[in-house]
Amino acid sequence: MTSATQNGTAKLTRKDFASDQDVRWCPGCGDYAILAQMQKMLPELDLPKENIVFVSGIGCSSRFPYYMNTYGIHSIHGRAPTLASGLKLANPDLKVFVITGDGDALSIGGNHLMHVLRRNIDVTVVLFNNRIYGLTKGQFSPTSLTGHVTKSSPLGSIEQPLNPLSVALAAEATFVARSIDVETKHLQETLLAAAQHKGASFVEVLQNCNIFNDGAWHHVTKKENKHNLLFLEAGKALRFGEENEKQLKVEGLGLSVVEGSEKDELIFDPTEPSGALAYALSRMTFPEFPVPVGIFRQVKKPTYEQGMESQVQQAQKKKGQGELLDLYLSSDIWKVGGDGKVPEDREALKKEICG
Amino acid sequence: MTTGTVTEEFKELDSVVVRFSGDSGDGMQLTGTQFTNASAIAGNDISTFPDFPAEIRAPAGTLAGVSGFQVNLSSHEIFTPGDSTDVLVAMNPAALAANLPDLKDDCILIVNEDAFSRANLKKAGFAENPLEDGSLERFRVFSIGLTNLNRLALEDIEGLTQKEIDRTKNFFALGLICWMYDRPAEPTLEWINKKFGKSPQLVEANTRALKAGLHFGETTETFQLRFRIKAAKLKDGIYRKITGNEALAMGLVTAGKLADKPIFYGSYPITPASDILHNLAALRHFGVRTFQAEDEIAAMGATVGAAFGGAFAVTASSGPGVALKSEALNLGLALELPMVLIDVQRGGPSTGLPTKTEQSDLLMALFGRNGEAPLPVLAACSPGDCFNTAIEAFRFAVRASCPVMLLSDGYLGNSSEPWQIPDPSKMEPIKVEHPTQVEGEEFLPYARDPETGGRPWAIPGTKGLEHRVGGLGKAPLTGNVSYRPEHHQQMIQDRQAKIDKLTDIIPDQTVRGPESGDLLVMGWGSTYGAIRAAVSRCQAEGYSVASTQLRYICPLPKNLEELMGRYKKVLIPEMNCGQLAFYLRGKLGVEVESLQQVTGRPFKIETIQEAIRELIGKGA
Repeated sequence: MTSATQNGTAKLTRKDFASDQDVRWCPGCGDYAILAQMQKMLPELDLPKENIVFVSGIGCSSRFPYYMNTYGIHSIHGRAPTLASGLKLANPDLKVFVITGDGDALSIGGNHLMHVLRRNIDVTVVLFNNRIYGLTKGQFSPTSLTGHVTKSSPLGSIEQPLNPLSVALAAEATFVARSIDVETKHLQETLLAAAQHKGASFVEVLQNCNIFNDGAWHHVTKKENKHNLLFLEAGKALRFGEENEKQLKVEGLGLSVVEGSEKDELIFDPTEPSGALAYALSRMTFPEFPVPVGIFRQVKKPTYEQGMESQVQQAQKKKGQGELLDLYLSSDIWKVGGDGKVPEDREALKKEICG
Repeated sequence: MTTGTVTEEFKELDSVVVRFSGDSGDGMQLTGTQFTNASAIAGNDISTFPDFPAEIRAPAGTLAGVSGFQVNLSSHEIFTPGDSTDVLVAMNPAALAANLPDLKDDCILIVNEDAFSRANLKKAGFAENPLEDGSLERFRVFSIGLTNLNRLALEDIEGLTQKEIDRTKNFFALGLICWMYDRPAEPTLEWINKKFGKSPQLVEANTRALKAGLHFGETTETFQLRFRIKAAKLKDGIYRKITGNEALAMGLVTAGKLADKPIFYGSYPITPASDILHNLAALRHFGVRTFQAEDEIAAMGATVGAAFGGAFAVTASSGPGVALKSEALNLGLALELPMVLIDVQRGGPSTGLPTKTEQSDLLMALFGRNGEAPLPVLAACSPGDCFNTAIEAFRFAVRASCPVMLLSDGYLGNSSEPWQIPDPSKMEPIKVEHPTQVEGEEFLPYARDPETGGRPWAIPGTKGLEHRVGGLGKAPLTGNVSYRPEHHQQMIQDRQAKIDKLTDIIPDQTVRGPESGDLLVMGWGSTYGAIRAAVSRCQAEGYSVASTQLRYICPLPKNLEELMGRYKKVLIPEMNCGQLAFYLRGKLGVEVESLQQVTGRPFKIETIQEAIRELIGKGA
């Protein structure tokens, strides 16, 4: 079915975004759901698909661009944010997505993730977090829990896991959100909000690897466990539980869970500039706390490429479009031959050089 | 010290090598640069060699902190900053100690005697004061209390600290040398006004220091010597002074203009390449987007991304950074996108010698990537030549749709020479084509141009050409992921073939000197000057020797093997342990003689001359 769009062309559908390549993830992988929601969401952006680019690193999730009928780069391990940055600066009109995983983004590419967010380059980073290295067949990742037994940690991981959202918030990301592969509607809405954000947006998607780390998120994905989820909504109280009976309160420097009482509800606002509450929410770990999903932070700041383009425009306004001859002459000059005197008149000098 | 009357007579000199040397904080680079500018404007041919420590401010007065700037001025064409020093300005004992081995007999030595305290002598390793113990007898020593004379000259300027006053003493020395060599003070005075315009005291202080130096030369009876070096007979035209790094920046911007493409420059600060970034960052009005990345890897990754986006993307670094870039560079190679990587080489391995020069990254440039990963390697041979090479690198990159490696080095990057300002309207445009959708035709991102072997550069935003590229093995034509044996074999062959096809546009290698003979001296990169000068001196001595400088290292010019075969021997001087020699032996199966130097310094002409004499002597 097609309908008209703002730019007058037929509205694209999910199918328009599927490439001709066979999808080769393991059957049952959470990645399928994310791919489907992405393909469903994209028509909502009302962008010509040639203006969309998916850039990925290495890992299971990073095969994503091959399955999208847009422009795409399957790059190298951890470096997708760097390619996306260069691409956005070369062509700020593009809508650029970075598809990455917990190993790709937080281990080998940790540095780049931090800086693409800090610079507020207008890209949407989607991190598939399955708490395991899948493509290399099951080693612990930077988000694996302490004690996790894997092939490379037969006696249990002795590392502390990294919290992707805390990292993104600390890196000054202007849009930070979390969703879950199986929460399809929520995922689609979250991806849409992230994609529509101007600036660096970061979405952690809790994703199941049914081969190497099955059930890593069962405490929130199983039907009977949904009450462990806390859906963040702007302007709403931070409530959760089977009957929505529990809520979060500020206690000391952190949060605590209390029951009942509609008085003194803690109202959530992702646009609050300091991001202090967002950070406190990101620090919550299960089972002491619920698992919050939704938009943690959503603030407006100038993007890197806006800054770049405005510098280019300002410089051209001040100095005019650069002329090569002026560049060459931007130093002390002298003349060999003739009277040995450099013409003072600009036109005469030009004639001297260009004949 | 000799005394005598002031004379207005000048001794005519053919050329002179002047070296300014002092503490890192003494402003020697600035002094040298100003003297060079004044000489260039006076019409001399010039070649400079800044030589400074990696430490920003090593402890004052120590050998580790000595910073030098050497300039060769000449009334004829010159190609190097000179083998040894005719005039040394030494601001302290360490500067004297560091330079003693390079001084010619009869060298004019101007020393700041105020700095020759017991403590400073000790730091420089002198047991006795060399100004008093007769050890400098073979030189013409002028021992001057520069610090105190300068203080006297500036004493009535209000609002200046002692430190600020002493900081201007380099201009006193500059003034003295300008007087001695009859150089105009105006360019430096103009520079002072521009630089310190906001602080009238500093303008006054530096101006007075410069003039005090000039007047000191004129009014004291210390000097009987004044020299003149006639203007060199360079080709008619308008000239400026240019360093290799400046030339690279200008060459890149020119390449962008010739292709009507914006320049994207992704880079991470590293010595000695950072000046390219500084130069380009000031050129936003040319549409230049500089991106100071979080590391070398990101700089290369961003360059690949920008190339995919359709920009003229370029990155530069030095050895340690190029090592880090290798992975993303190789992705650029697999994606087959045009881009340029500049390596301003320095002494290695590891951090090595950040501020010293070397040519030891050649094999890394050729082979430092996983898999079969050929890419074009070009080497610039002089500061001015960096300009042309930058343009040519993009020409190659676009034609063969691949990254091109451009080799410079710390010596080229920081040295300067006169550069005739070219006419941009006479430069050949770089033709870039981006495909657009053809109705009813499937777009094949890896279809090859039969003439060049390159693939279409289809950029995002182009309707109907949506495609995916990646680092995985690919099928020909579609570029879809493929691990099939015949696909892998073909893709590797195709990528090699397009590099080989560049020989269609690479001119035949030519020589300077006889077309055949006893010896061909072949270099690459910054050894050009020393080789050319050494060979021409040996030719004058009657030796049968020619010189040639390789610009195209991969692929090699078609006629190279035949050319080398016309000489009984081929000598390859390199600032490494024989990397080009190793490469040519393997590539062409030829035998060559290797002259190796890894001192962090450029070759002296004399060193190459001796090697030539010895080789031909043995062969004859």
